[in-house]
Amino acid sequence: MNLHEYQGKEILKKNGVLTQEGIAVSTLDDAIKAAISLQQSTGTTCWVVKAQIHAGGRGKGGGVKVATSMDKLKEKVTDILGMTLITPQTGPAGKKVSTILIAQDVYGGEAEQRKEFYMSILLDREKKQNVIIYSTEGGMEIEEVADKHPEKIQKEWIDPKGMLQAFQARKIAFNLGLSGDAFKNMVKFVGNLYKAYVTSDATMLEINPVLKTHDNRIIAVDAKVNIDDNAIYRHTEYPEMRDIAEEDPTEVEASKYNLNFIKLDGNVGCMVNGAGLAMATMDMIKLAGGSPANFLDVGGSANAQTVEAGFRIILSDPSVKAILINIFGGIVRCDRVAQGVVDAYKNIGEINIPIIVRLQGTNAELGKELIDKSGLKVFSAILLSEAAELVSKIVKS
Amino acid sequence: MSVLVNKNSKVIVQGFTGTEGTFHATQMIEYGTNVVGGVTPGKGGTTHLDKPVFNTVADAVKKASADTSIIFVPPAFAADAIKEAAEAGIKVIVCITEGIPIQDMVEAKEYIKDKNCTLIGPNCPGVITPGEAKVGIMPGFVFKKGRVGIISKSGTLTYEAADQIVKAGLGVSTAIGIGGDPVIGTSTRQAVELLMNDPETDSIVMIGEIGGGMEAEAARWIKANGNKKPVVGFIAGQTAPAGRRMGHAGAIVGGNDDTAAAKMKILAECGVMVVESPAQIGATMAKAMLVAV
Repeated sequence: MNLHEYQGKEILKKNGVLTQEGIAVSTLDDAIKAAISLQQSTGTTCWVVKAQIHAGGRGKGGGVKVATSMDKLKEKVTDILGMTLITPQTGPAGKKVSTILIAQDVYGGEAEQRKEFYMSILLDREKKQNVIIYSTEGGMEIEEVADKHPEKIQKEWIDPKGMLQAFQARKIAFNLGLSGDAFKNMVKFVGNLYKAYVTSDATMLEINPVLKTHDNRIIAVDAKVNIDDNAIYRHTEYPEMRDIAEEDPTEVEASKYNLNFIKLDGNVGCMVNGAGLAMATMDMIKLAGGSPANFLDVGGSANAQTVEAGFRIILSDPSVKAILINIFGGIVRCDRVAQGVVDAYKNIGEINIPIIVRLQGTNAELGKELIDKSGLKVFSAILLSEAAELVSKIVKS
Repeated sequence: MSVLVNKNSKVIVQGFTGTEGTFHATQMIEYGTNVVGGVTPGKGGTTHLDKPVFNTVADAVKKASADTSIIFVPPAFAADAIKEAAEAGIKVIVCITEGIPIQDMVEAKEYIKDKNCTLIGPNCPGVITPGEAKVGIMPGFVFKKGRVGIISKSGTLTYEAADQIVKAGLGVSTAIGIGGDPVIGTSTRQAVELLMNDPETDSIVMIGEIGGGMEAEAARWIKANGNKKPVVGFIAGQTAPAGRRMGHAGAIVGGNDDTAAAKMKILAECGVMVVESPAQIGATMAKAMLVAV
């Protein structure tokens, strides 16, 4: 699960990480109130208006603007709120901005008194250890730094036997070239940031930039946080932090039926049991000359209801020209899946595109017989290679 | 011989009396697996499926000489179940549970590091040595005895591969479902090593997917150790979009090196016979074995 910047910052603050103060709002009135309130609490005389969407590169797309007066604030808020923000990560369709963060200005003093850093924490899959990645080059995309100055990216691995050690936090602060109060504050910042990562069950926590202010405070100016979906159950606050507007509506619909669905932009839909086989089926569609319209794993409980839901979701995409159902029955019995296909077909009524059903494993022959006798316009197959040939034939016709 | 499990394995089921545990324990017993009992805290002293129930894994080891465990407990308690099995001296721990928080697995993996045990999974279909022992949830009838070892991150794709191998006139020595999570007990490379050293395995099917670097690590190991046995490789997810988690928690493309294309290239460079289509696994292996003979 991805979080918005303002939600990520709440987690940071709870763990003692100093953050840029801000208030999330969704109307102009509330934005003005937020600005006044921030002025009173932080003394800030200008504000940053930040679009809250789940994609990076917001600044490049015009989703982050500085307002130096209340009039300017109104102008920027009106510009950003409700806009369709297109960034390198949103795709060409962009994302509609319905929430903005009104944030304090933390860039006071002279430019040379300030410094921006990069810091993120994530799991190193090779080492099976959490790793803190940091760099003196903050404020720009880390991919760019990795490309141009790989030597400026440093890593600190955390022994899974314990937490981050004090000497490691000191090492990071030294390597970032800090001394005095800024050094002490960075040590504290790194410690609390790691605590936030662990206690929130994050899979990634990225702060870019981390700012050393003119008066030597260390502040998280942005926050990108991904939460481990498997750990949501132990955080009661997470379900309500999910922003469904950020997700594809068909994917949200699919999740109601416990279907694991991801929308793609091809022309052959597919419905498969098991994530690995689902990916393999997509690959096979491509090799057969088609292009997968989706990833859909119906899991271990493929029955008439889930098959029908899957059908309806796939059929809602007008670019789908054929559907391939690929089930390898283990616990799932193929005759039941076949019955599900027949029932779903009848319930939905007219389906005007070819359907290929490939059933293999437990009761596969029975399932094929059911399909063949149903009188429906369904092509059935038992071998994966047969299914591939059918896809190829249909795509080419 | 064979690897990990065989007819002499003394298997216990953790989460024995639950719905999943009961269903699959029944299937395993029917298959002929030597299930010596199960563990459900609080139900020790009773019997279930005509087998003794123990309160702790330590009891099961002491009283039933268990050396292998299969775990069906819910995600919130599964990491603890793994640690309990390791602490009690279980040698092969197979964790089927899907949905264990990543940080729990990081900690559990560290905990069992020095305990002289092998963890398979989590989020896996288990291990089967056809004709001897099924310690997993796979449909046993698909796996006919033979001399091809199978390693896979995915359940149904493992069944698919086994089915093709059997239809090509070959059979399976041991199939190991290593699991699709980012942190798992046994890596692709470790599983390959087991099968390379197994005198009853002549060749290997290695099925991977996008995300992580395990397949590349395994391929480099195969090359460094002289490509002793033919290996057929398939990587699922050639058409997967970057940055999206494809069902398995570990199946996400994070950089340029963990795409299917990058992995397939490395595999091929290391002498693995890479198939583009999952439908070609059986035929390719059959051809490889003809050449090998």
